[in-house]
Amino acid sequence: MTVARERLTVCVGAGGVGKTTVAAALALARARQGERVAVVTIDPAPALARALGLAVLGGEPQRVEGAGELWAMRLDAKRTLDELISSLAADEGARDRALSNRIYRELSAAVAGSQEFSAVAKLYELDRSGLYDAIVLDTPPSRNALDFLDAPARLMRFFDGRAARVLMSQGGSATRVAARAGAPLLGVLGRLAGAGVLREIVAFFSAIGGMVEGLGARAAAVEALLHDPATSFVLVTSPRREAVEEAIAFAAALAQARLPLSALAVNRVHMAANGDADGSLEALLGARLAELVRESVRELGDRAAADGDSLARLRAALPGLPTVLIPELGAEMSNLAELDRLGAYLKSVGSPSVAQ
Amino acid sequence: MATIPLEAKTTGRVLDRRLVFLLGKGGVGRSTLAAALGLLGARSGRRTAVVEVSGRGDVPRLFGATGRVGVELELTDGVWTLDVDPRVALEEYLVDQLPLRTLAEVVGSSNAFGYVAAATPGLRELLTMGKVWELAQPQRRSPGALPYDLVIVDAPATGHGLALLAAPRTFADAAGKGPIARQGAIIAATLEDRAQTAVLAVATAEPAAVDEALELRSTLHGRLGAVLINALGPERYTSEDRAALEQALARSDLDTAARAALQAAAAEAEAAQRRRSEIGRFDAQTLELPDIGPAPVSRAGLEFLADRLSAIA
Repeated sequence: MTVARERLTVCVGAGGVGKTTVAAALALARARQGERVAVVTIDPAPALARALGLAVLGGEPQRVEGAGELWAMRLDAKRTLDELISSLAADEGARDRALSNRIYRELSAAVAGSQEFSAVAKLYELDRSGLYDAIVLDTPPSRNALDFLDAPARLMRFFDGRAARVLMSQGGSATRVAARAGAPLLGVLGRLAGAGVLREIVAFFSAIGGMVEGLGARAAAVEALLHDPATSFVLVTSPRREAVEEAIAFAAALAQARLPLSALAVNRVHMAANGDADGSLEALLGARLAELVRESVRELGDRAAADGDSLARLRAALPGLPTVLIPELGAEMSNLAELDRLGAYLKSVGSPSVAQ
Repeated sequence: MATIPLEAKTTGRVLDRRLVFLLGKGGVGRSTLAAALGLLGARSGRRTAVVEVSGRGDVPRLFGATGRVGVELELTDGVWTLDVDPRVALEEYLVDQLPLRTLAEVVGSSNAFGYVAAATPGLRELLTMGKVWELAQPQRRSPGALPYDLVIVDAPATGHGLALLAAPRTFADAAGKGPIARQGAIIAATLEDRAQTAVLAVATAEPAAVDEALELRSTLHGRLGAVLINALGPERYTSEDRAALEQALARSDLDTAARAALQAAAAEAEAAQRRRSEIGRFDAQTLELPDIGPAPVSRAGLEFLADRLSAIA
């Protein structure tokens, strides 16, 4: 049995299914096998962050105490993009102009796609560093799969766009840009958005003008890395109905993008308490408590049955995809022992012998 | 069990506002509660819109319907839904603002304009909020469209939800002059007015969801109306019961079935206690909503949640 063998593992899926936890457990399991592993987490819950020694936001992986060669970091989207800009800027002046621009500051922090892009940019950097046998990447809770998969391409399209080129060719005077007869659409934008916004946009594009080639090249390299045979995707879901539908849509988007999905991890599956405890509960607990216990068992059974329906739906929609089930463990992942427990269920991710 | 949120007590009921935002982490059942609140609005005779900004169509699905992004759809008597598409909102806005329809279409469909619009920070959010605001205006922009008395917004994960709420003000401040700045200021004033807008958080009694709701609460500086704690599991066991279960589990002569049953009960009791301690992290401004079971959400389930929500609405 092996834990995902690929060099780069990307955990994808809807928000709220335990993706970050699964990524951490997967990385820990591989580190336990003696590999040097980096895990990049996004917004880990405080307890998990503490378990991984990630109390402070760090731009680089930190070694996790008591976990062999497990190195963990949390993604800082802004910092990752800042570093990228810094490395591409022709000189300090250009760098400072770009980094201090309001458009850039907002773009790097809030605009959809920048977190996704910086996640894969970080994956690329860590891979290029050559320091790790394996890298496990958690991904942002995207609105849909395309937000994540498209991020590099979208950024390229953006910098390649006609508007971007028009803007970058301007000297920086917003009013001059807006007044140019050849740029009516900018005139419209200036009229609607106000001169202040337009000025910032023009300033941003002139600041990054010299970096466009570098950014485009980086986006292309990142895109290529996602398609590299060394990269595999693990789809994480819960058995919750909406999560299941999202997972199926996610798998379809991956297939369309021709990205290899290597396993499905279904997290927090309810297992029925099997068997009929006939009369013995009454003798042990008295009639009232025994009846409550029976209620618990019945409800758990209903839940397990509903989860079973979800699994059947997943299997029908994703035939042949190796699937691992992680039971509802009932505990928050607040230490390495609990992560190990979860990791034990992931042992077979990436193995050909996984139950179909 | 349920406590009335302080803000609702002091500044009127939630349904008396024109705009109600439900913000929370993914997977906590926000869309379900938005739909239930929509039913409650319709029960009170308000023409109600339950608005999504996700492109996912979760709300129509709850009613067995299929929505189309950007198209208003009646789900049941008095309850409508719309999945706001910023691009459609932009086109509507341009048609409304520019003198010639053809010019608006040319500009709206131009890739270059689209890229610049996409690059303008917060514009997407502003357009979305502009549409939400427009739905609740006595005079609708779209000819013949009727206004809504109540607009409930199922807002995405907390971070993006906050960006939505902040966009009009940010824009009004950044843009300085021009129609967008003016409109941003008007929308922002509506959002900031407690008599017109309520912001509710949705969480489950799980650490990550509670963390996010608490963060939302501190970011909103007292602007948060209530925290809806959704999908609470059963709490059947007293602490004496738990002790009795533990004691029984310690016996060595249990048959397998009895042991499994006791373990299931003990795990449930432990989970209930953990949830209780998570809820304890909030002060009194919470409304607890029970788990309505693993089956797909039915109309009866939505009506049941609507009953429960009437405590704050």
